Amino acid sequence: MTRMTDELLDLIISRILQLGVLISALLVLAGGVWYLAGSAGVPQPFGHYQPGGGVRALLALPRSEVVILAGLLLLAATPVVRVAFSLFAFAVQKDWTYVAVTAVVLGVLLYSLLMGV
Amino acid sequence: MNIPLFSAVVFAASALAGFLGALTGLGGGVVVTPVLALLLGVDLHYAMGASLVSVIATSSGAAAAYVREGFSNIRVGMFLEIATTIGAVAGAHLTSVVPASALGVIFGVVLLYSAWQSLREHRDHLTADCDPLADRLRMNGAFPERGRSIRYCVARVKSGFALMFGAGLLSGLLGIGSGAMKVIAMDQVMRIPFKVSTTTSNFMIGVTAAASVGVYLRRGYIRPGLAMPVMLGVLLGSLLGARHLIGAGTRALRLVFGTVVGVMAVEMIYNGLTGRL
Repeated sequence: MTRMTDELLDLIISRILQLGVLISALLVLAGGVWYLAGSAGVPQPFGHYQPGGGVRALLALPRSEVVILAGLLLLAATPVVRVAFSLFAFAVQKDWTYVAVTAVVLGVLLYSLLMGV
Repeated sequence: MNIPLFSAVVFAASALAGFLGALTGLGGGVVVTPVLALLLGVDLHYAMGASLVSVIATSSGAAAAYVREGFSNIRVGMFLEIATTIGAVAGAHLTSVVPASALGVIFGVVLLYSAWQSLREHRDHLTADCDPLADRLRMNGAFPERGRSIRYCVARVKSGFALMFGAGLLSGLLGIGSGAMKVIAMDQVMRIPFKVSTTTSNFMIGVTAAASVGVYLRRGYIRPGLAMPVMLGVLLGSLLGARHLIGAGTRALRLVFGTVVGVMAVEMIYNGLTGRL
């Protein structure tokens, strides 16, 4: 029974990962085409670092770059969803040790992502 | 260089880095950063931010295939992710106090070590010396080989955990996946079969990298306009590279690529020491 649940868990996790990467790549691509269309003749601005202020500051960028950012944020969220799903799966298996382990990982990830806002 | 041309060059370079990174097992992220910083005049911090994003994409993309094949050990991965994520958050915070020149030197050393590691022959170190802690944590498992299921047990859980903190720290500090360090911790220290170590490492890399994203966003390292061609290029390249993973002539290609990466690593160290980064 446990074995079966583990295999099903693996399958669902791999689907979550694939779907997340696919949708985020499409968002980044769409935003990227838009961004390139509007940037002919503009010199690349990535030579010198300027301190920034998180997602809120990035939202002030042109719309095309905000679409790219949305794709990047979805990408960053994919592993978080994966960990959250593992937490649920370990709980279903009543494996409380790993519920605790997974909760710590999820906590660190959420703390870090909230820092970025 | 104007943005459209620059983006095209970055995309092509990232695709090549992703392809070769997947082929050699080095990973695309660790290769793309020096290419951006040394050859294309991108600031090191922006290069690290773009690389970090591409690392999540390739890890999640590749892990999907590996998990289905039943190689990776989810319990080992999840337990060690406590160490890698905490290490990554600490490392990402350190980027605000460690000067770029020092980051360049550390990057070069890690790159050299990873390249050397990828050129070595690998042999499984199956052990009967199981760690009682691994038993209690139900980490011991099995993996399929030639239609049979081969059992293995896990040694030295605490040492592996400590090394994983270091791997996470480097991941956050440099914007890389730290795959080579993760594999060493699992394969050499915890005596997990090589195939299981590499696939579990791949599986963990995305979670580790995601732990640094928040801090990188806050510091302004992630620029959408730059991350776009890097992420798409590395993702495409690594998907193509993974298909050619076991081909003839891989050995020669590894040697050539290993040498190129070695030269880049030395240049990173040199530029770091002379304050050019």
